[in-house]
Amino acid sequence: MTMGAPRFWRKTQSRYNLYGVKCKSCNATYFPPRKICPSCRRASKLEDVKLTPKGEVLTYTVIRSAPEGFERQTPYIMAIVKLDEGPMVTTQIVDCEPDEVEIGMAVEGVFRKIRESGKDGPIYYGFKFRPARADKDLAV
Amino acid sequence: MRPLTVGICGYGVYIPRLRIRAEEIARIWGGDGEKIKKGLLIEEKAVADFDEDTATIATEAARNALKMAGIEPAAVGAIYVGSESHPYAVKPTATIVAEAIEAAPVMTAADYEFACKAGTAAIQTCMGLVGSGMIEYGLAIGADTAQGAPGDALEYTAASGGAAYLIGKKGLIAEIEDTYSVTTDTPDFWRREGEPYPRHGGRFTGSPAYFKHVLSATLGLMKKIGAAPEDFDHAVFHQPNGKFPRNAAKNLGFTDRQLKEGILVDRIGNTYSGSSLLGLARVLDVAKPGERILVTAFGSGAGSDSFSIRVTEEIEKRRGRAPAVETYISDRRYIDYGTYVKLRRKIKVAE
Ligand SMILES: [Zn+2]
Repeated sequence: MTMGAPRFWRKTQSRYNLYGVKCKSCNATYFPPRKICPSCRRASKLEDVKLTPKGEVLTYTVIRSAPEGFERQTPYIMAIVKLDEGPMVTTQIVDCEPDEVEIGMAVEGVFRKIRESGKDGPIYYGFKFRPARADKDLAV
Repeated sequence: MRPLTVGICGYGVYIPRLRIRAEEIARIWGGDGEKIKKGLLIEEKAVADFDEDTATIATEAARNALKMAGIEPAAVGAIYVGSESHPYAVKPTATIVAEAIEAAPVMTAADYEFACKAGTAAIQTCMGLVGSGMIEYGLAIGADTAQGAPGDALEYTAASGGAAYLIGKKGLIAEIEDTYSVTTDTPDFWRREGEPYPRHGGRFTGSPAYFKHVLSATLGLMKKIGAAPEDFDHAVFHQPNGKFPRNAAKNLGFTDRQLKEGILVDRIGNTYSGSSLLGLARVLDVAKPGERILVTAFGSGAGSDSFSIRVTEEIEKRRGRAPAVETYISDRRYIDYGTYVKLRRKIKVAE
């Protein structure tokens, strides 16, 4: 977690990095952040936590008829990814063809353009996921 | 001796996964693929996907640089992003990167433009800020999603990619021994505001632009530090195609062996602001402690920044924390020209 960054700043950038909450009473992690831990209720001790963007594909669908703003990206993959730390995230899977995605596939977070509002509006960025690189690929 | 030792604490790269082969572009425009490949010494180029741009490329490169350096992002006091393809005409790319790597808000940031050498200009700025003690660490990034007009010779080389360098004084993987620049007002290549594609002065881009600046900056640096070509283990020159850097090297007295590790243009194209910085990263991926690297960037308009860099022992401990250049180059998928024009928005669609 960023040292000394005020809560306000972490909130505004939560779409750029995966911030969730962790309950210090039971160790459960939640994304998106919650106000209360459903297991501990009044004994909840929630704190912000930056989640590690690694996980696996729990289920997916290939979008061929996209909502407004996403038409030019079809076909693309939307998936529910189960993070290694527990929480589930709905996300686009990139760098992967529709016939390459599989349930259980290891994925990692990546920073991409999410949407552009028209030709002259703002560009929205955020996290998506892609097939994970094997650790051996990190070596030269 | 120079009063200040500044250098590189970490570097990171990003090269998009999509590639288009020179033959595929030649197929559409009736060119002779083999002749073009031989003329430009290029096989294929890297193409940004639909949801990638200079900000996303710069962000992944920056995250990799921080991973290698192993420092808290809040310790980054400045971010400069050099590019000629910033996503917005007005609204800095550096702010997006700063937020995405969590270096914001207590820091300074700006975008740079100087054709293909905006990234090395960012390194020089960070050297000054770090050297003077104004900041502890500065992040200098060169990234582009370069475009050539359909059918133009530039379309064979204009590519996407980038590299980020964390500049500081502590924990250096390489010292920057010195830097030397040459700048003139030369109309060899330009793009007017609002125009989608650049124009170039044809033959004018060779002798009076690229070679004049690359040679004089490199010679100027070597004279300043009292070095000769044989004092360097590696040399990296800006790579608009495969021929220019080889000719520049030969002219200056550098050998093919010195050039070998840093030449990437044949496999990824000209990544503009990323070009010489990716070449340097490829060298740093394999360089041994004590080795000396010469880097000379070139930007049309025109100017060259030359650097002498010496690798430290520390580099061997930091390797493997982030993907190497070869990792990104070997992870690739080929696309056809139709997909290419769709992704790079070269076709008009109904709104
Ligand atoms: Zn709990």
